[in-house]
Amino acid sequence: MSNEAVAAHAHHEDYLAHKGFRSWALTLDHKRIGVMYLFTTLFFFLTGGVLALLLRLKLLTPGPALFTDHTYNVLFTMHGVMMIFLFIIPAIPSSLGNFFIPLLIGARDVAFPRLNLLSYYVFLAGIVVTIGSLVSPMDTGWTFYTPYSARTGAAITTLTLGLFLVGMSSVLTGLNFIVTIHTLRAPGMSWYRMPLFIWAMYATSVIQVLSTPVIAITLLLLAAERLFGVGFFDPAKGGDPLLFQHFFWFYSHPVVYVMILPAMGIISEVIPVFARKPIFGYRAIAYSALAIAFIGFLVWGHHMFVSGMSTTAGVIFSFLTFFVAVPTGVKIFNWIATLYRGSIALDSPMLWALAFIFLFIIGGLTGLFLGALAVDVHVHDTYFLVAHFHYTMMGGTVMGLFAGLHYWYPKISGKMLNERLAKIAWCLIVPGFNITFFPMFILGVQGMPRRWAEYPEKYQGLNTLATVGSWILAAGIIIMFVNFWRSLHRGATAPANPWQGNTLEWQISSPPPEENFEVIPTIHEWPYNYGTDRRAHDGEHHRQA
Amino acid sequence: MASTTDKHNEAPSGAHKEAPVSARLGIWTFLATELLLFGGLFTAYAQFRGMYPELFHLQHLKLSRPLGALNTVVLLTSSLTMAVAIGAVRRARQKTMNLCLMLTLALAGVFLVIKYIEWSHDFAEGIFPKTNIFWGLYFVMTGLHGLHVVGGMAVLAALIVLARKDRINAEHSAPVEVFGLYWHFVDLIWIYLFPLLYLIG
Repeated sequence: MSNEAVAAHAHHEDYLAHKGFRSWALTLDHKRIGVMYLFTTLFFFLTGGVLALLLRLKLLTPGPALFTDHTYNVLFTMHGVMMIFLFIIPAIPSSLGNFFIPLLIGARDVAFPRLNLLSYYVFLAGIVVTIGSLVSPMDTGWTFYTPYSARTGAAITTLTLGLFLVGMSSVLTGLNFIVTIHTLRAPGMSWYRMPLFIWAMYATSVIQVLSTPVIAITLLLLAAERLFGVGFFDPAKGGDPLLFQHFFWFYSHPVVYVMILPAMGIISEVIPVFARKPIFGYRAIAYSALAIAFIGFLVWGHHMFVSGMSTTAGVIFSFLTFFVAVPTGVKIFNWIATLYRGSIALDSPMLWALAFIFLFIIGGLTGLFLGALAVDVHVHDTYFLVAHFHYTMMGGTVMGLFAGLHYWYPKISGKMLNERLAKIAWCLIVPGFNITFFPMFILGVQGMPRRWAEYPEKYQGLNTLATVGSWILAAGIIIMFVNFWRSLHRGATAPANPWQGNTLEWQISSPPPEENFEVIPTIHEWPYNYGTDRRAHDGEHHRQA
Repeated sequence: MASTTDKHNEAPSGAHKEAPVSARLGIWTFLATELLLFGGLFTAYAQFRGMYPELFHLQHLKLSRPLGALNTVVLLTSSLTMAVAIGAVRRARQKTMNLCLMLTLALAGVFLVIKYIEWSHDFAEGIFPKTNIFWGLYFVMTGLHGLHVVGGMAVLAALIVLARKDRINAEHSAPVEVFGLYWHFVDLIWIYLFPLLYLIG
């Protein structure tokens, strides 16, 4: 592809050109569907965040305050369900994945555009049903363990239907991505010339497709228990509650990697661009994504160390759990090796990527504490766990999402973000995050259980600190969203390639034309040749025809 | 080389062609998810049969083997008619395809009617999903399988309508081929359910 071809795009209509409700609601364009997912999932991020602030506010002081214990149970269940199922699982794959997979592999759309739109509507239907059920007080926590969930008066049956639909949508999306990556890569784009984000999304899709059906059948069985009195999970009827936990975690543990792998993919894209160096250990990063996906299926039992499962099983699951740390470590070392002696540009996407690495290392290492059978028995269901998964999910996935949003904002919207506001937000969010969640590690080791609405006074100091941290965090997030909103209207017009990236999405105008590529590009090399002779200078990129 | 049309995964046109790679890969991936969906039930079956072997043996005697066997024959035959339909569409024999699709639909209906007779017989005898674990498994497994048959019938009806409008032909045979794989899968699940529930208990 030559520069003339790039320029030729300029006078083509970009994908945002058509206005009006129908042009969005009936679109088959993967970019628009991605944007719709983005708005939907970010909405639940903000809603779930407000719930979190309420929970923290309640925990500011040890005694009864604000609302009742039951309301507290309902709120943390809503916070968990929204954040996990409606935000963090679909956030990166469905929004940024949908938008960028075809662009990054040089395709005009995903393999099944109609299925893509359908899965968005299935997702919406799932949301409506899920929210509908949450209106009736839900008090089981997001894991809805049996037998309690089979008996409680809350609208569990409706919730299972809602989550079943959400899961179905994610299976359809994952299936679409797998087929897209297999069949629609541009000529010359061999597997080892694919951007690492694509590898990450491929591994993610495999997990989604292989694990979601198991939670689907689990939810169906739970619904059957409630509707027809089948007692699979109810010991009173000869059933086995451990079976529920096995099924539940067989899905829910691999899904942790659905949450984190796409974020790792984003980091792998951002770091070489802003370090101006070829990514170190390309194949190791690519394979480690697949390895994480594979090992992720073998470790679910570490959630059940104290469930009464056999000790032998516990030891085996503990051993396997440590294995996941290996490919994860491989990725982190490769990113750091890429940074080493790079010409690092501290633009906002890079700042978020660095925050990701820093926070995710803490989250990952504390995961080893929990994976160790003996230690887990001590800290199980304490605030240590809460801190750990917030460090991995918010410190990892959400920081990765922020990196991706800042990196690709110009491409999606055609506008530049205000760097200064972005940096102010970063300066509030990263410390605010640590002030909120780091004290929880200490609280956990000291023995404060999770899910308590009131607590003994000796825990007050750290709890108050955490609550104050949550305000700083919230202030930063508000500033960030103000920046997103403001730049839509007032941002400078984005050039095609503001960061001098080599991947394909930067070789077309911002925002991209409706058809993505006028001529499907032919690929001659991998996209990470930064800092070499063929480095992209003044608009000229390396992919010469 | 990718073409510049909208459907860039379509193979070049010939006398007849197989379904595009994307359609086949898509349906196989989907079937993998279906297998895992039923996999949960088979796991539960294995667990509870291990826990209560005698209960399973005693209860399964109440199922009607003749009706179960008849249904197996019905479903296998429908798989045959489906396979013939695919062969017909590839050779551009529209009439044969139409006939076979309708036969498949009719056989699926027969399967459900027999299932209905069995279930209502059970209910009349006071046997319900909550009676015990065996019947819970029986109703959930055959029920979920039955739902797959119902879903398949809906798609079959849609295919018949599309075929009437000549939207499915030798040039564009993917829907029939892809559905055929699904239908064989539904058949395959029954091939496992029948011996597990009716024969060995």
